[in-house]
Amino acid sequence: MALYRYDEFDRKFLEERVAQYRDQVRRRLAGQLSEDEFRSLRLMNGLYLQLHAYMLRISIPYGTLSSAQLRGLAHVARRWDKGYGHFTTRQNIQYHWIRLEDTPDILAHLATVQLHGIQTSGNSFRNITTDPFAGAAADEIEDPRPYGEIVRQWSALHPEFSFLPRKFKIVLNAAPDDRAAVKIHDLGLNLRRNEKGELGFEVLVGGGLGRTPILAQTVRDFVPRRDVLAYITACLRVYNQYGRRDNLFKSRVKILVQSLGIEKYRQEVEAEYAAMGVEREELDLPDAVVAAMQAQFAAPSYPDASGDEAELNQALAAEPDFARWVKYNVKPHKAAGHAIVVVSLKQPGKVTGDCSASQMELLAELADRLSFGEIRITHDQNMVLPHVRKAALYDLWLQLGAAGLATPNIGLASDIICCPGMDYCSLATARSIPIAQALATNLAQREQEIGPLQIKISGCINACGHHHVGHIGILGLEKNGAESYQITVGGSDNAQAALGGIVGPAVAAHEVTATVDRLIDVYLRLRRDGEQFPDTYRRVGLAPFKEALVVAR
Amino acid sequence: MGDPVFRLVTGNRLRDGKVIYFVGAGVWTPLIAEARLVEEWDGAALLAEAQAGPPPHPAIAPTLIEATRDGERVVPVTLRDRIRAGGPTIAYAGG
Repeated sequence: MALYRYDEFDRKFLEERVAQYRDQVRRRLAGQLSEDEFRSLRLMNGLYLQLHAYMLRISIPYGTLSSAQLRGLAHVARRWDKGYGHFTTRQNIQYHWIRLEDTPDILAHLATVQLHGIQTSGNSFRNITTDPFAGAAADEIEDPRPYGEIVRQWSALHPEFSFLPRKFKIVLNAAPDDRAAVKIHDLGLNLRRNEKGELGFEVLVGGGLGRTPILAQTVRDFVPRRDVLAYITACLRVYNQYGRRDNLFKSRVKILVQSLGIEKYRQEVEAEYAAMGVEREELDLPDAVVAAMQAQFAAPSYPDASGDEAELNQALAAEPDFARWVKYNVKPHKAAGHAIVVVSLKQPGKVTGDCSASQMELLAELADRLSFGEIRITHDQNMVLPHVRKAALYDLWLQLGAAGLATPNIGLASDIICCPGMDYCSLATARSIPIAQALATNLAQREQEIGPLQIKISGCINACGHHHVGHIGILGLEKNGAESYQITVGGSDNAQAALGGIVGPAVAAHEVTATVDRLIDVYLRLRRDGEQFPDTYRRVGLAPFKEALVVAR
Repeated sequence: MGDPVFRLVTGNRLRDGKVIYFVGAGVWTPLIAEARLVEEWDGAALLAEAQAGPPPHPAIAPTLIEATRDGERVVPVTLRDRIRAGGPTIAYAGG
């Protein structure tokens, strides 16, 4: 299993942190701490209070889990929650039915498998995300996860940045095909090579969704690999100094970059970077450090699987349902005879991103048998077995199918991103899950004809469901005491990222399905060969989509 | 004229976060049907009573909400409070 392993310092730190938290909970339950005093302490450990119970959010760094970690998460679900967990768009997991008095034991258990809830809340660095196919993708330059771990260690409880103006989300990507939604992050790092073949990062800053959606812009095209920590330190310093702490709605770095302009922000960063002097040496990232970290993420020893193709082709020819699953859920792997398998958590009619303890345990077992003990979480709220031999795909498909995990819909209309919405979340202004369920059930019938389509739903303006960058985005609002849904089209979260345009007045919950059907019909009528929804939208604009809805009204 | 709108106090129970309702005399219940309902003008006094008491207070963030009566049932006015009272409106993996 090739993953970062905690050293003695990491283990001791986490044990001490759990003990400290256990005492805080004891004092809270004894009445020695008020809720006002305790709130920030619990949030620092990932514990929120939502509509029905406490919610515990556990960080899954760069979306990578070992089978032992997934079993640890399943154990929490079964013993301390209602038997399931919910995977989020930040590649994290949330438990929605947690008791405060159980949380020290939960965190102690998770610490034994190197997991915790630190920095999953508050004005801190949040979980660092990356391509869920990292280390396996046929098209990546290098595995980005070693850099993810280096940045995670740099950012964890960083003393200078422990009181940022607002939360800060970092993403890494190492493939030309952006599968990590780089441009909607506060800071994005795109691994690339310069004309001399040297490795470095494009640094982007100022992306984010929420009430003011903005796409990140490039601050520097190429920062040499060894300088990247110093450079992002400079980026953070400018934000830390000038970011708006006086206005919650203007506190994210995107607002700073927008108000200064990218040129001025870049000047400030470069000036800070130039002035760092000896600090630059302290933050230097020598090749030896990178190599040591890369050794922890070393690729598995793939067996010679070059003969697997024939066996796979036989199964594909014999079983159309299997062929359909392979077409949508199996992705190219860098090793011959191997494949990346995306496990859909989007069975139409079920809750997007929910996974039962039994399903987690099954996936852990399958990972051990078929994927070198590794599992990934995607920001689309699916799971990934990253290293599967092609000859094992048929057996895997059968086992996943028996557990409701073989829905062949990755990238299709029923593969909907959806936040928990008002069924759980105390910030939500409308429900999102029932909308996703109705849409998925309706669209599953014709999703193959539609082809790739990303529908993303948020239950409030905070946009956890990334609706702004959905090909079709849906935002749940409250209007005169009733739920209503504002719909956008033309968004995208890949390398050609774009924000969607509003198609018309918000519609009632019961009108969403028919409205989305009409929008899809417009797309199907107007698309040209080879076009996907964003391509058609870029060519024809918003007008035909708006007109279709006006005519329907 | 619509149904009369009453006031009641709700919060989340400290030890497990469950939704609870104020009955009076320091007592809280998970059943909204048992909540004490008062007229609008008595709401502030009810809230003050619910907030009182030595630490640890059994409820986090006691809040005044609106509800109507439907026979024996107490029905919160807002969807959010109805979902708090009745639980998620969807079936979930473990539920």
